[in-house]
Amino acid sequence: MSWFDRVLPPKIKKKPDPQPQATENKRTVPEGLWSKCPTCQTVLYRTELEENLFVCPNCGHHQRITARQRLDFFLDAEPRLEIAKEYVPVDPLRFKDQKRYKERLQEAQTKTGEKDAMVVMRGLLHGRPVVAAAFAFEFMGGSMGSVVGARFARAAETALVDRCPLVCFSASGGARMQEGLLSLMQMAKTSAAVERLAKAGLPFVSVLTDPTMGGVSASLATLGDVLIAEPKALIGFAGPRVIEQTIREKLPVGFQRSEYLLEHGAIDQIVDRRQLRTVIGEILGMLTQSSSKP
Amino acid sequence: MKISYLDFEQGVAELEAKVEELRALDQPGIADEIKRLEVKARKELQRIYSKLGAWQTVQVARHPQRPYTLDYVQALFSEVQILAGDRAFADDQAIIGGLARFNDQPIVWMGHQKGRDTKEKIQRNFGMPRPEGYRKALRLLRLAERFQLPVFTFIDTPGAYPGIGAEERGQSEAIARNLAVMSDLAVPIICTVIGEGGSGGALAIGVGDRMLMLEYSVYSVISPEGCASILWKDAGMAAEAAETLGITARRLQSLGLVDEVLVEPMGGAHRDPEAVFTLVRERFAQHLDELKAMDTSKLLTTRYERLMHYGVVGAA
Repeated sequence: MSWFDRVLPPKIKKKPDPQPQATENKRTVPEGLWSKCPTCQTVLYRTELEENLFVCPNCGHHQRITARQRLDFFLDAEPRLEIAKEYVPVDPLRFKDQKRYKERLQEAQTKTGEKDAMVVMRGLLHGRPVVAAAFAFEFMGGSMGSVVGARFARAAETALVDRCPLVCFSASGGARMQEGLLSLMQMAKTSAAVERLAKAGLPFVSVLTDPTMGGVSASLATLGDVLIAEPKALIGFAGPRVIEQTIREKLPVGFQRSEYLLEHGAIDQIVDRRQLRTVIGEILGMLTQSSSKP
Repeated sequence: MKISYLDFEQGVAELEAKVEELRALDQPGIADEIKRLEVKARKELQRIYSKLGAWQTVQVARHPQRPYTLDYVQALFSEVQILAGDRAFADDQAIIGGLARFNDQPIVWMGHQKGRDTKEKIQRNFGMPRPEGYRKALRLLRLAERFQLPVFTFIDTPGAYPGIGAEERGQSEAIARNLAVMSDLAVPIICTVIGEGGSGGALAIGVGDRMLMLEYSVYSVISPEGCASILWKDAGMAAEAAETLGITARRLQSLGLVDEVLVEPMGGAHRDPEAVFTLVRERFAQHLDELKAMDTSKLLTTRYERLMHYGVVGAA
C-alpha cells in the first residue's frame, strides 16, 4: 500500500470535512485522524499509529497509552476477565489542598472512565494463563493509593491461586500524596505480595514504562524476576528536579532514562512495545518450564 | 545541656531564662519567685504542647537535641557491636546497625543516624541513606534471620538521598528489596519512629510486626514542604500540608498504621531522654515477649495479613 492510499481513506473522499474555522490556522485537520510525533514531528495517520501500538514508525518514539490499551495490546483477544474492579477510592484523610481530593477523584473518573489508577485482568498470553496489571497514568498520574495497592495485591494473589505468572506495566509518578501514609504503606503491601509469588516459584515480569518513579519504582516495579523497560522511559526514585535542586548541578544527558539504567545494570532489557508480547511470552515460557510452542 | 527552643516555645524560653538569671544572682529570699516562675514556665509548656499542631510536631521531631538512634542503642542495649559496609560499594554512615544484647537477648539493631555537629552531619549525610545504606541493612536483616535474632529498627530520616550516584546505584531497587525481604523475614521485627519518618527512605527499614512511634515524631509519604510545593506550588504552605497529610503519631494510630504511641515527656524527648529510654525499654520488652511467643509461621502469617490490611478502599 502506498503512502498516498493510506492517507486518503474512503471516509474522507466520500464526506469532506466541515468547513474549517478561519481562526484555527493550521489545526484544520479533524481531531484524532492525524497526529504529529512529538519527537520527530512526522505527521502520522491514526490507524498507522494504532497498528504500531502508538510507537512512531519513523523514529520509534513510544507515546503514553492508557491502561486498557496496554492490556489490550498485551493479552490474547480472548478470554479476558477484569478483576479487583470492586475496589474504589475513598477519601480517608478528607484531604484538601487547593482542591479537594474527592473532586480530583471525580474529575479523573469522568475524564478517564476509570475508577482508579490500575486495571487488572486475567487472560492468556500466547495461549498460556497470565495475570496482567497495568497502571493508568492518565488517572492522577498513575499514583499509587489504597485502591492501586489493593488491586495489585489481588492480582498477585490471583496469580498465586491460578499458579500462573504475573506481569505488571508500571506508569506512575509515585505514591498518591492525597492518601498520606496510607499510600506509602502500599509500597510495603505490594512488595509483600510480590515476595509471596517469589516464594511460590511463580514468575513476575515487571515492565517499566514512561514514567516509573518514586514509590512505585521503589516497590513492586523493581521487584520483578525480570525487569524490562520501554525505550527512553523515565525511571527513578527521586524526580530529576528534586535531584537538581538538592545537588545544584546539571544532570547528565539521558539521566534516569531506560538506556541509562541498562548501562548501569538496573534492568535486564529495553524492549520495543511491538515486541513485548513475543519477548515476555518467551521469557515466561522458559521460566515456567513450558514447551516452546504452546 | 542548655535546651534550644523552637519558635513557638518563646514564651517558655523567656520564663526559663528569667529563672536562670535569678539563680545566678544567688540572693536570699528569691526562692519563692524562682518557684513561681518555674511553675509558670511549666504551665506555659503544657499549654503549648497540649495543642501542638502537626507542623509544630514536625519541628519537635527535627529538634537538634532530640535523641538519635545511637542514643537509644547506648541506653537500651549492651555489648553493642557496630557492623559496617554493604560488601559491594561503601559503608553508608546514614544508616548504622549491628549486634547487641537487649536484656541478655542477642538482637540485631539498625537505624538512621543524623549528625550532631556540622562535620558529623556531613559524614552522616543528614541521615539520608544511599543504596549502600539500605543494602547494609539488608545484609544485617539476613544475618538476623540466619542466626534467629530479633530485629529492632529506629527510624529517623528526612528521606532517601536524592542524588546522581544514589540513582545510578539503584536507590529504588535497594528500597524495594528491603520491603520485600522484611515482609517475610523469619524473625520478629519491631520498628520505632523516633524522629522523622521520611517516606520510602524510612519505610525501607520500617516493615515488621510492630510499628511504634514516639509521641512527637512524624511519619509521612512526602515532606510537608515537598507536598506544599507540588500541590500548592508554594513551599510556604508546609504547615497546611502537614495538617492535611495526617503525619502525627496519634493520627496514624487512628488510621490503624501505628500500634502504639510512646508518650514523651512534656516538651519533647530531648527535655528528659532518660524518661524516654525507660519507657521504650519497658515497651520493647513487652512487645518482644509477645512476638517471641509466636511460632515462625504464625508470626509471618500475622505480618502478611497486617500488610494486606493497609489501605482504605470503598466497594463498588
